[in-house]
Amino acid sequence: MADFGVESTENNSIQEEESLTIEQAIANLCHEELGRRYYAAWWLGRFRVNEPAAVDALILALKDESDRTEEGGYPLRRNAARALGKLGDKRAVSALIECLDCADVYVREAAAQSLEQLGDNSCIPALIKLLEGGLEVAQFVPGKPYLVQPYDAILEALGSLKATVAIPFIQPFVDHFVPKVRYAALRAMYQLTGENSYGDRLIEALKGKDLTLRRTALMDLGAIGYLPGAKAIAETLAENSLKLIALKGVLEHQLTDTSDFNLSESAIEVMELMDSLL
Amino acid sequence: MTIQTLIQAVEKADSANTLLNAVSALAQANSVEAIPTLIKVLGYNNPGAAVAAVDGLTQLGEPAVIPLLEQLDGYNYGARAWAVRALSGIGDPRGLEVLLESAGSDFALSVRRAAARGLGNIHWDKLPAEKLADAQFETFKMLQKTSEDQEWIVRYAAIFGLEGLAIAIQKTQPEWFINIQEHLQKIGNIDEVLAVRARAKWAIQKLG
Repeated sequence: MADFGVESTENNSIQEEESLTIEQAIANLCHEELGRRYYAAWWLGRFRVNEPAAVDALILALKDESDRTEEGGYPLRRNAARALGKLGDKRAVSALIECLDCADVYVREAAAQSLEQLGDNSCIPALIKLLEGGLEVAQFVPGKPYLVQPYDAILEALGSLKATVAIPFIQPFVDHFVPKVRYAALRAMYQLTGENSYGDRLIEALKGKDLTLRRTALMDLGAIGYLPGAKAIAETLAENSLKLIALKGVLEHQLTDTSDFNLSESAIEVMELMDSLL
Repeated sequence: MTIQTLIQAVEKADSANTLLNAVSALAQANSVEAIPTLIKVLGYNNPGAAVAAVDGLTQLGEPAVIPLLEQLDGYNYGARAWAVRALSGIGDPRGLEVLLESAGSDFALSVRRAAARGLGNIHWDKLPAEKLADAQFETFKMLQKTSEDQEWIVRYAAIFGLEGLAIAIQKTQPEWFINIQEHLQKIGNIDEVLAVRARAKWAIQKLG
């Protein structure tokens, strides 16, 4: 039942989570058991514990050397970087920028995503630097399931941060051989230029054979609020739940967040589509 | 092609795609003989085929209600969820009890969402007159509760439900109509999700 596989997971883990207090979680970031540190970092992000002491401790954890995978990855750094994006404290920005040079690609990915969430423009040059070499460099790491850089996260961040200065670096990636990277580039290019040709290519992607990729394209169209894609979103072969989330993105793009906003005709059309998917 | 051939095609389908095509063809035949097969498909763990089967059952309407209600007692949770969707689309008051229960307490948000939508879609004229007021009041109470669900899309669906109920009772229960309007007004002002507030505003516009 794909349709509520996505939705039924949310509540399952909460019981365990409640056994920590904020003080414990912060203290556990230095616990002798590495598993507890890892869990505490996740927990602080999950419950958005936006307290200076938590932020300080997580920034410190970005330099952790004790928790290593067999391949040299840094699990605690990954979780700390992810959590810091959720806490919204811009004091983390410079430490996260440093993480963009980390040897672990998953730390770089988490840092790019969190920098996107924090919305601070000072990271733009560092993100652009990771795109250096363009398509030629942007290959798989030999023998690994990932590319040399977390390109999709980097491209999405640059789009969200409205980094128009990055356009010439992003542009080539709309032809990258990995679909997810391509979609991320299209999404960023639409956000930065407002040109429909980019959004329309994401609509095309909704017709692809691979369900996972259709889901990605759905979320991208929702993220950019692409109105001409509304009907195509409603008709894609994918779970209604995901289509509704994407259409919510499109709808909210048509509204202003004021107490007395007006409903435009296009907003009503999007809601009609949403009604049909309930 | 006869219905029997179409049914056999569903039973013989050996891939997700052939199953989807066979179920779509059977659903389009719009025949009551297809009901047991379409219901069986709800339990196949094939979302595409299940959507087509739900569409077929919804189109068939009333004759599918009792078989669907019987299905709800089955052990297959997935099939149960799809059956709730079909009942929600059909809008027969015999499904009301199931929709009320599912809207309020099903663990899967997609089921709560479908049930809330269904509560706005009940064919009240098919309910005996003496039961009408109680059933509608219960529906109103449940939709009010559902409009406070923790998931935004369930609240959105509850607004759809409240709008449908308001239209149905406007002439017979003018006081409840005003209550629903006020409730929608409140959601339109305070819900934390912009899309939900927008849906409430649209409902208010439609209720005039």
